[in-house]
Amino acid sequence: MKIHQLSVFLENKPGALAVPVKLLAEAGLNLDTLALADSSEYGILRLIMREWEQAKTVLQAAGCTVNVVELVAVDVPDAPGGLASVLDAISTSGVNIEYMYGFPSHADGQAALVLRFDAPDRALEALAAAGIGVLSLEEFVG
Amino acid sequence: MNQTATYHPASAPDYLPAAQLRSLQFQRLRAIVQRAYDNVELFRARMTERGLMPADVQTLADIAKLPFTEKTDLRDTYPFGLFASPMGEIVRLHASSGTTGKPIVVAYTAEDIRVWQEAMVRCFAAYGLTHGDIIQNSYGYGLFTGGLGAHYGAEALGATVIPTSGGNTERQIMVLKDFGVTALCCTPSYFLHLVDRAEDLGVNWAELKLKVGVFGAEPWTEGMRRAIEQASGIKAFDIYGLSEILGPGVGFECHAQAGLHIIEDHFYPEIVDTETGLPLPDGEEGELVLTTLSKQAMPMIRYRTHDVTRILAEPCECGRTIRRIQRIRLRTDDMLILRGVNVFPSQIEAALLEVEGTLPHYQIILTTAHGLDRIEVQIEVTSEFFGDRLGALEQLQRQITHAIEHTIGLSVAVKLVQPQTLTRSEGKAKRVIDNRDKGE
Repeated sequence: MKIHQLSVFLENKPGALAVPVKLLAEAGLNLDTLALADSSEYGILRLIMREWEQAKTVLQAAGCTVNVVELVAVDVPDAPGGLASVLDAISTSGVNIEYMYGFPSHADGQAALVLRFDAPDRALEALAAAGIGVLSLEEFVG
Repeated sequence: MNQTATYHPASAPDYLPAAQLRSLQFQRLRAIVQRAYDNVELFRARMTERGLMPADVQTLADIAKLPFTEKTDLRDTYPFGLFASPMGEIVRLHASSGTTGKPIVVAYTAEDIRVWQEAMVRCFAAYGLTHGDIIQNSYGYGLFTGGLGAHYGAEALGATVIPTSGGNTERQIMVLKDFGVTALCCTPSYFLHLVDRAEDLGVNWAELKLKVGVFGAEPWTEGMRRAIEQASGIKAFDIYGLSEILGPGVGFECHAQAGLHIIEDHFYPEIVDTETGLPLPDGEEGELVLTTLSKQAMPMIRYRTHDVTRILAEPCECGRTIRRIQRIRLRTDDMLILRGVNVFPSQIEAALLEVEGTLPHYQIILTTAHGLDRIEVQIEVTSEFFGDRLGALEQLQRQITHAIEHTIGLSVAVKLVQPQTLTRSEGKAKRVIDNRDKGE
């Protein structure tokens, strides 16, 4: 089960982030979570949201450069070794993690991680084999 | 300036009486048309299309009947298609930028090299230089004609030549100061850069022996001349040339600094209407068309330079009879001259196409930094080339930078920008924003 993320190209300059964020606000679309990657010249805004398809349409119509990327969200115990268990699970599959971001624990003591794999299908197989829970978009955004 | 002190025997043709000069030009024109007809397929085909034979050139004015040669002809026949000599007689090849990815190639026989030297000697002599002068040659040595062209001319003059080539500004200044250089060849913008850097390094221009600057390979204004002469106390002379015809040495300024004398016993000038191609009388502004009257390896018949100027036929105070053209200010095409290098926006397009497979929106932004041209190419990132990873963006930027630099031979700053950020007027993108300091 994969979840969709929107990646938006930004220049690393004041005001650049405000443009897509305002567009989504005006369209009444809520961001469930986001991450920002940056180099000295560029930035990439990564958005996970329920209404990603509408958001993509809104952003593209306004001229933003947007890509849809498939990520895998996993649920791990919010305890030492939580991430390590995921890494163990994929270690023999030859899958590479391109980037990831993590979130604080839910009420149930589990924490969510979102990962971009270079081969998400193989990663899913490896995670399933190791019994690691994979979250749907609905489960992830709660 | 003392005329007798600067007269060089090679300069004799500069002073030919007009009737003799025209007669010489006509004889040479007949011979070169015959040579091109006999050896260059494209020229022969164009003559045949017009029902012309070399013998139809009965007077010098008949040159107007002959077909033009365009820069695209050099591209279309790349690399050697316009050569009129077998490779066994060609002793040198140079190349300069074409309109797309491929350069244009030019060739010289031993006799062509000798004529080139003679032309450069006549330029240097007109600038008041002679044996005993120490000439620092900061034109780039290599495929570009500037370096070797000026070099052999300076040696033939009997001067001492220092082949510093371009770049390494601090070393240029050290040589200028320590070697007692009296004349410097470079682009005028590079000279302004040297003046800037020399001041930073605490060099006092008044203490240098430098008296003459030989500035070419890019257009420059009278305002820039005043700025250079005031800042450095030297005499700044223009030199005109283009690889397709020769390289540097097609035309020069004398001490009057009132237009460029064309070495017209070797390079016959015409001015034509830019639209109709019809010849215009002396004094009227139009496109300069040049015919190489003596070039063996690669005769250029009625080559369209795309430089806009006028012929000044009035006698010059220096006494030379070869006619002058006004200094070049304009071009009829979109060619840019950046750090002395000819660049067409289409070359940058070719490089972008090569990397991306499609042509993105782009803009070339030219500015002046420390007296030198700075080139930034801004490219709008579309989702096809946006891979969600910073590493991929940086790699794209590097690939584009490399492709452009490889094509135009100059360093550029490539910047990826968000879509719709580049200026468009009526839907058509403005490709070049020239914010360079014009020295006025």
